Amino acid sequence: MSELRQIAFYGKGGIGKSTTSQNTLAAMCHYYGKKILIVGCDPKADSTRLILHEKAQATIMQLASEAGTVEDLELEDVCKPGADEFHPDNTDITEGFIMCTESGGPEPGVGCAGRGVITAINFLEEEGAYDDELDFVSYDVLGDVVCGGFAMPIREGKAQEIYIVMSGEMMAMYAANNISKGILKYANTGGVRLAGLICNARMTDKEYDLAKNLAIQIGTQMIHFVPRSNHVQRAELRRMTVVEFSPNSDQAMEYKELARKIIANDLKVIPTPLEMDDLENLLMEYGLEEEVDEENLGQKEA
Amino acid sequence: MQDVENIVNGQKLFLKEEYQTSLAAKKEFESAMGAINPAKVQEVADWTKSWEYREKNLAREAITVNPAKACQPLGAIMAALGFENTMPYVHGSHGCVAYFRSYFTRHFKEPTPCVSDSMSESAAVFGGLANMKDGLRNCNAMYKPDHIAVSTTCMAEVIGDDLNAFIVGAREEAEGELDNLPITYAHTPSFVGSHITGYDNMMKSMLEQLNPEKSEKVLDEERINIIPGFEPYLGSLAEIKEISKMFSDKIVMLGDHEEQWNTGAGEYTMYAGGTTMADAKTAINAKATISLQKYSTTQTAKTIKNKWKQGYETCNPIGLAGTDEFVMKLAELTGKEVPEALKVQRAQLVDAMQDSYPYMHGKKFAIYGDPDFLLGLVSFIVEMGGIPTHVLCHNAPRKGWEEDMKAIIAKSQWAEECNIWAGKDLWALRSLLFTEPVDFLIGNVYGKELYRDTGIPLIRIGFPIFDRHHLHRYSMSGYKGALNLLTWITNSVLDQLDEETKTIAKTDYFFDCVR
Repeated sequence: MSELRQIAFYGKGGIGKSTTSQNTLAAMCHYYGKKILIVGCDPKADSTRLILHEKAQATIMQLASEAGTVEDLELEDVCKPGADEFHPDNTDITEGFIMCTESGGPEPGVGCAGRGVITAINFLEEEGAYDDELDFVSYDVLGDVVCGGFAMPIREGKAQEIYIVMSGEMMAMYAANNISKGILKYANTGGVRLAGLICNARMTDKEYDLAKNLAIQIGTQMIHFVPRSNHVQRAELRRMTVVEFSPNSDQAMEYKELARKIIANDLKVIPTPLEMDDLENLLMEYGLEEEVDEENLGQKEA
Repeated sequence: MQDVENIVNGQKLFLKEEYQTSLAAKKEFESAMGAINPAKVQEVADWTKSWEYREKNLAREAITVNPAKACQPLGAIMAALGFENTMPYVHGSHGCVAYFRSYFTRHFKEPTPCVSDSMSESAAVFGGLANMKDGLRNCNAMYKPDHIAVSTTCMAEVIGDDLNAFIVGAREEAEGELDNLPITYAHTPSFVGSHITGYDNMMKSMLEQLNPEKSEKVLDEERINIIPGFEPYLGSLAEIKEISKMFSDKIVMLGDHEEQWNTGAGEYTMYAGGTTMADAKTAINAKATISLQKYSTTQTAKTIKNKWKQGYETCNPIGLAGTDEFVMKLAELTGKEVPEALKVQRAQLVDAMQDSYPYMHGKKFAIYGDPDFLLGLVSFIVEMGGIPTHVLCHNAPRKGWEEDMKAIIAKSQWAEECNIWAGKDLWALRSLLFTEPVDFLIGNVYGKELYRDTGIPLIRIGFPIFDRHHLHRYSMSGYKGALNLLTWITNSVLDQLDEETKTIAKTDYFFDCVR
């Protein structure tokens, strides 16, 4: 067995992070036979839906609150095998498999989702969820690193490689830069490294150049540019990854290529996040926007 | 009002007329709550003693009333103070730490060194790294420890502060001040477990972080470690060390807080006694480690067994059988005969147990406290023919403890009438004492309310005990400790017998001078 690699997907909410991560992990399993555990760290608990063919019914925090305490849970209760080809017992297509678990968390507006992430990961470690014959553990983490709880996956001894899912839009790039700042904080004292940006294309102008340049500026690579495809949506309506739904499609090939690059990736860096001004300049240089003169800031369209 | 020439305490002060008048007026003012309707008050009070209320009380899930457990950092602090010149440092809010210090100080009647980095509103928003940077440097500069042991309060845990990263960061920015200072850390969130969990987490972390990797282990065939666990009886620590010494000089106690809370009058020193750092850093080399509190060291056990690949044993040297097991374990591990002096102690204990047996035999007890304490004490009660009618453990471990307790109770001829109440608080015990009464209560100071409500005498054994002095100086471990338990319990039984037989010409036919 090769050494267990722990990776994490971060990215702005709504960017297609869960879709990208599940398709990529599905490709790593489908085409390369990798054995993977997905740890969903998002209270929405949708990081494993496409692998399970259903929304995870029982999250760690939900079961813990029903049982009274997390100590009452058993690993089998919260760690579910993927559906069909991703199931460990189904070796028709691949020797690989995907196990799925979701931290879960509160409804929007109440409680503390970050603490849920800490509790869930501690539980998985203590119960020995990582002792299996796994090749990868993958954390799928909500949005920005807004509190210490969402940084749990990048604490020492946890995820070592971070992939940021982004697009060529201003706010997605802003978020990617912010996440780099979070990684930098931990990278100075530990082993966590930025391993690449994944551009989930929105097909905005010059998006490729923009994303590539941002990657260079923060010291990393754009590991893959995933083009937009309605195929993904069609698969998603069937609660499947495009890899499983249509493994020979062009889009599946894109994920296959991304999977290959991640498996072979050895560019892991301490990021060099940009200042806000530099980020704006970058957008002006590659983006749609014309440079705005100082005097026009805050002025209505003429 | 106080009279300057004759200052009195609260006991007498509030009996003075002006206070009595004021209190009566207050009662009348609050009459809407039923306070001046004694019949209603009595009706409700009686209802709380009923079976109906008992069922509701035991089914209660939402709140805890009168808990019989404390929180994680409290245990972490005790673990840390068992090491030489070690300052417990709690990353989190100041109020929690004031509570820990006063809690220990009320029990031991001694000062308790422990610092906090006083996280405030802004630390909750921005994270506690800045507090940690200043706090560690200040702690080092002011209190000159040889080792700082960091634990956390709930506040730091909720916002997800990462101790490992923070300590590395604080070191880097300390301008070299912290370079040669060992700083160990453990996350101690109190939403999980109790003070014994915190003890376990801190002990595990200190041992793991102070010791080298297994590859650098140099086996010392003669060395044996003993971890006492969360031990509020300083005399027990002394007794365990004394028994150990009878077998070998190379038995080392890991986490020995005996002297820390037992300093003499005179000039104050911040630190006293404790396991030396040299011993702490070589714990991995020992042939075996014995834990005296299995359930206070479940995580520590994993490090010793799995990471260190060291022999790991558990004993509970409370009572006769428990001490026998401990002594035999030492004999086995050291390869030595049981010393004659110990055999004498044992014989004396058995003799004393026989003397008192008639008074404890058949008496019903309700006992509450920590899991390992209960396993030891219930075992002793059963040895003395007592009936552990209610065994209540608020912080009962999920796995294994109930089975262990059942096995002990099974040795009693009254096993059928004994009940184990895992995860219940003292308000639940109150109901049980009314519906299924006992002769005596055994536990910490918080049983005082139950004594007042039920009239059942409370024998104070446990932690904390704030309202009686010096009990913590005695041992309850070893043969001598069992003799102390025997003395306390038997004499309480005899006190009660005198109480019940003192009415002149009514019950005093048995008010005897010889018992």
